[in-house]
Amino acid sequence: MTGIAALGTGGWILSEPFMQNAFMAGTAVALLAGLVGHFVVLRGQVFAGDALSHVAYTGALAALAAGLDLRLGLFTATIGIGFALGLFGGRGASDDVVIGTTFAWILGLGVFFLSIYTTRSSTSDSTANVKVLFGSILGISSAAAQSEAWTAAGLILVLLAIARPLLFASLDAAGAAARGIPVRFLGPFFLALLGATAATASQLVGALLVFGLLAAPPAAARKLTDRPWTGFWLSGALAVAAVWAGLALAYWVPTLPSSFTITSAASLEYATAATASWILARNARIPASPDLSNPEATQGAGETAGSRHQ
Amino acid sequence: MTNEPAVRFRGAAAAVGGRTVWAGVDFTVDAGQFVAVLGPNGAGKSTLLKAILGLLPVSSGTITVFDRKPGQDRSRIGYLPQRHAFGSSVRIRGTDIVRLGLDGERWGTPLPGWLRGSKGREATARVRETIRLVGAEGYANRPIGQCSGGEQQRLLIAQALVRRPELLVLDEPLDSLDVTNQRSVSALIQSVCRSKGVTVLMVAHDVNPILPYLDQVVYLGHGSAITGTPEQVITPEALTALYNTPVDVLRDRAGRLVVIGQPDAPPEHPHGPQVHA
Ligand SMILES: Nc1ncnc2c1ncn2[C@@H]1O[C@H](COP(=O)(O)OP(=O)(O)O)[C@@H](O)[C@H]1O
Ligand SMILES: [Mg+2]
Repeated sequence: MTGIAALGTGGWILSEPFMQNAFMAGTAVALLAGLVGHFVVLRGQVFAGDALSHVAYTGALAALAAGLDLRLGLFTATIGIGFALGLFGGRGASDDVVIGTTFAWILGLGVFFLSIYTTRSSTSDSTANVKVLFGSILGISSAAAQSEAWTAAGLILVLLAIARPLLFASLDAAGAAARGIPVRFLGPFFLALLGATAATASQLVGALLVFGLLAAPPAAARKLTDRPWTGFWLSGALAVAAVWAGLALAYWVPTLPSSFTITSAASLEYATAATASWILARNARIPASPDLSNPEATQGAGETAGSRHQ
Repeated sequence: MTNEPAVRFRGAAAAVGGRTVWAGVDFTVDAGQFVAVLGPNGAGKSTLLKAILGLLPVSSGTITVFDRKPGQDRSRIGYLPQRHAFGSSVRIRGTDIVRLGLDGERWGTPLPGWLRGSKGREATARVRETIRLVGAEGYANRPIGQCSGGEQQRLLIAQALVRRPELLVLDEPLDSLDVTNQRSVSALIQSVCRSKGVTVLMVAHDVNPILPYLDQVVYLGHGSAITGTPEQVITPEALTALYNTPVDVLRDRAGRLVVIGQPDAPPEHPHGPQVHA
């Protein structure tokens, strides 16, 4: 990979065009995934999010098998099925069975489309399956990067437009409905937005790994703050940080695939946040703990308490 | 305070899923009154509140809220839905829950506090003042999932009150509270009603905690309703006439009312005698 040359010359990471593309698309998509993910975790729809990333795989391969633009299948399938899931499925435990069964079948359908695609055309891109499953953030063209970034920016604007009523509806559907929020529409609409997010992100990190960006950063943010809007922005920032760290690592250690480094960074964030919140909670419970005589620990605990009551 | 009635039902009927829940319901709630909506499970108490909020159209008759159609003037109504408690995993502070009551339905995303200027400070002050009103200062900055049932209920009442509504509509706010909390939350609602002149319409499964405060009772049962003061309505004669089956009302030594023999709704499938009040 080109990264090796850069390693030798000690070149600035962003002097490489493929890295510029990766950072541009990756930043926008990460911000989108982190912000949407905040609501996914808040609404307890982590499983639905995972399922929709499987739909992304099948949609993409269906489009390829039909000889269409991959993105057409990707977005049609995820948005359509996301909306339908919101309309016909509730949010209870019994729906897990429906979601699980349906989506295992949809993944199987994807494998079926893959076999059509590979047997039908001998000229077909033999790495298509790998690309769809694991993404190709370091291999996208400048045009593709721009279209990714614009799509992500548009979806972020849509989310920002509905975020406050969505928070109300997520916490208290009956109260929100009484205040005139179209709760019955907002649920399906959000799942369609989640589908579109999965479709956008899957082009970078792959259908299998989208989920790392959608769940780990918001879960980490939730460990660090109990303010909904601080958590919202923190989740977006953590997702962006994970993508930047992952890209940098993949650039300097070219044997590591970028999808691996990005999801690893996101998981590391979660592990760190969980550990930090556990330690803070323990210190808060034992105020006379000798840990607190350590000025650094005292300062850290004081900051968190202050930010909570600010 | 104006002289228009807060809520008026005229021959109102409501249907849920094609089945008429109640019909021919007539009553008027004057501004500033404390009114209880009583009746057995499934009698249509929550349905009645939803009709007042404009979430469910009447199938015949009319309902007016401050002389307008239900749902037309949402800013004058505070609502506390019937609910299960927030689970311990809900990591949202009580303050944020109360804040949603102020502007939670506005499209968009709130700006960070330091960008909001004087309007933001005003909103924050209003939230803090409402939290003080319900006596929730001690736990408003804790995640609501870690608050007790009574604490959660106070915060939710604050959410319903934060826009200074003229009508407070509460669906079983005493549900799942222990006796001490039932008493203190009832007293809180009563004091809001009296000191702020807020009209209160409250669904209760057990009338006893609020009995001393009530101006009026709407008793639902057998697909209809009777209305009047508690002394007029919670009597063997009135309830026997409502249900068309013998109903007894006993008073224990502490003055608590116990209604015996009222059938559960729907009336087509009676479950035998039940003890309710
Ligand atoms: N979503 C619904 N679909 C069908 N029937 C319903 C629904 N909600 C309530 N009902 C029926 O309407 C009647 C009144 O319900 P409700 O107003 O919730 O009663 P209450 O609050 O007095 O317990 C009940 O018989 C109930 O079975
Ligand atoms: Mg009810």
